[in-house]
Amino acid sequence: MRLRGWRKVAFYGVCIALLVWTVFPVYYMVMLSLVTWEDLFKPRLYVANPTFENYLQTFTQANYFVSQFWLQLYNSVSIALMTTAAVLVIGTLGSFALARISFRGSRTIQGLTLFTYIIPSSFLSIPFFKLMADYDLIGTKLSVVLVMITFASPYAVWILWDYGKTIPPDIDEAAMIDGAGPLAIFFRIYLPLILPPMVAIATYAFLFAWNEYLYAVLFLSGEKYITIPVAMGNFLATDDAPWNILMTVAVLYSIPPVIFYYCFRRHLVSGLVTGAVSGV
Amino acid sequence: MRPPACRVLALMNETTAAAAGARPTPARHEPWWRNTLLGLGFCGPLLCLFAFLVLYPILYMIYMGMDREIYEDIFADPIFIQTLWNTVIFVGVAVNVKMLVALVLSALFNTDNRFARILSGLFLLPWAIPSLPGILAFRWMLNGQWGIVNKILNDLGFAGYPWLVRRPTAIAAAIVYHIWKYLPFWTLIFVAGRRSIPRELYEAGEIDGTTPLQRFRYITFPMLRNLFMICSLLSMVFTLGDFVIIKIMTGGAPGDSTHVLSTLAYRYTFLMGKLDWGVGTFVVALPVTLLFIFILIRWVR
Repeated sequence: MRLRGWRKVAFYGVCIALLVWTVFPVYYMVMLSLVTWEDLFKPRLYVANPTFENYLQTFTQANYFVSQFWLQLYNSVSIALMTTAAVLVIGTLGSFALARISFRGSRTIQGLTLFTYIIPSSFLSIPFFKLMADYDLIGTKLSVVLVMITFASPYAVWILWDYGKTIPPDIDEAAMIDGAGPLAIFFRIYLPLILPPMVAIATYAFLFAWNEYLYAVLFLSGEKYITIPVAMGNFLATDDAPWNILMTVAVLYSIPPVIFYYCFRRHLVSGLVTGAVSGV
Repeated sequence: MRPPACRVLALMNETTAAAAGARPTPARHEPWWRNTLLGLGFCGPLLCLFAFLVLYPILYMIYMGMDREIYEDIFADPIFIQTLWNTVIFVGVAVNVKMLVALVLSALFNTDNRFARILSGLFLLPWAIPSLPGILAFRWMLNGQWGIVNKILNDLGFAGYPWLVRRPTAIAAAIVYHIWKYLPFWTLIFVAGRRSIPRELYEAGEIDGTTPLQRFRYITFPMLRNLFMICSLLSMVFTLGDFVIIKIMTGGAPGDSTHVLSTLAYRYTFLMGKLDWGVGTFVVALPVTLLFIFILIRWVR
């Protein structure tokens, strides 16, 4: 399609407007992480006196607001990794049953999977809080991980199941005739075949837990035990919060997801899109 | 046991059947209960999850919310009524505007223009960045005293405005952030939807001399209508429970006038110590939510 005249102008006009709309808040966030405390209160479209002082302060934990930065980063990473591992186990096992075995109750499980995927996680926050308090889990990473597993697993099952059912069932039968049991089929045949969507699912689960704010706020407290997003939220508790350092933490916290998204973009987007489009 | 040649034939047959979307054939000559045990066994962790971390909390919440008095109390609270309206406005405006814009924009990214292709890579950025950094950036940009938005307005000769200190603009800011963050994802979904429409339809349309607008009206929209409805409903349910946008953008301010359901429930439960009010807030929204979820499950299946 070749564009001419006013259509060309309109097309590029829309593109440029979209570019500014998309990139400007991100640009501004990065910019604020490079300004000094004084410049923070002189809004400009560019950095007048760029400084890495904020990054230095964050890395050396020199500022009161980032005094436990590395520990908080560790908390974020470990919660995300535990969630990823558990979601992969639950997702592969469940999707194997749904995709490769026809059994009574599978439709109910499909329904429950969809239900859990769709229901907003915040709706269950109060009963979850009671539950975790009853089992004395408030303040532990396990409490956050359990909730993250609950809400991340359904999507994992859904995508892996969608992929798993495209594998011809006769591969299983041939293996069975050769004497392979269900566990051997799962480990030797099913797992290697669903490796591509598993990469996308692992990324999804990691980022799901990495990005979580509500349940981390509810269950974790104390500078040494909270995750990065909770620490960022805590900046807002005071009026004189150093927003340049806050934006530095924001940039650092955004880097892993952005890298993940762009590395696994093809997997992630195709997985997510087929998940939504195949439902039609 | 069948001879190998038969197995190959059967394999070819069944492969085509599977490709045509048939359900996987059950393993033959096995008693049914063996498969049931096997299936439930592999679903064991998932079933435990559903039982203890989904069904139990929901039933527990409904049980806690089975007290008439809670609803008499919270419906007497003007903040609660205002919150219901806020939630309806936030979800209704944010989701519908976002979906319509995404539908239109998906045409842009469906072209083979090089500029549009480069743009589609950058366009994903808001979606890749976690919620908190993005919301905080918006919050500082909209700051009445030191925000860049007011600075630009001043430079252009307009007066600044305390965006986050007035209820209408504070809710609008939350809506704008929601659109900024989630527009890329849904646009991609609609691009994929557009790509699945057979090209012949458009070619036939062009031969018949239709205008682009007519082609959208009579080809694209009917083909995408189901996808559009499902995506809108799905996004509405997701957005109904949104906590972080309002919590970080406005914190409910000014004067608790910009709360949505989950931030108000948080305030009731954890700041005021009224757990039953918090439960009641969610239970009020539960019928609509469950209705939407059941419509969605029916559609998707």
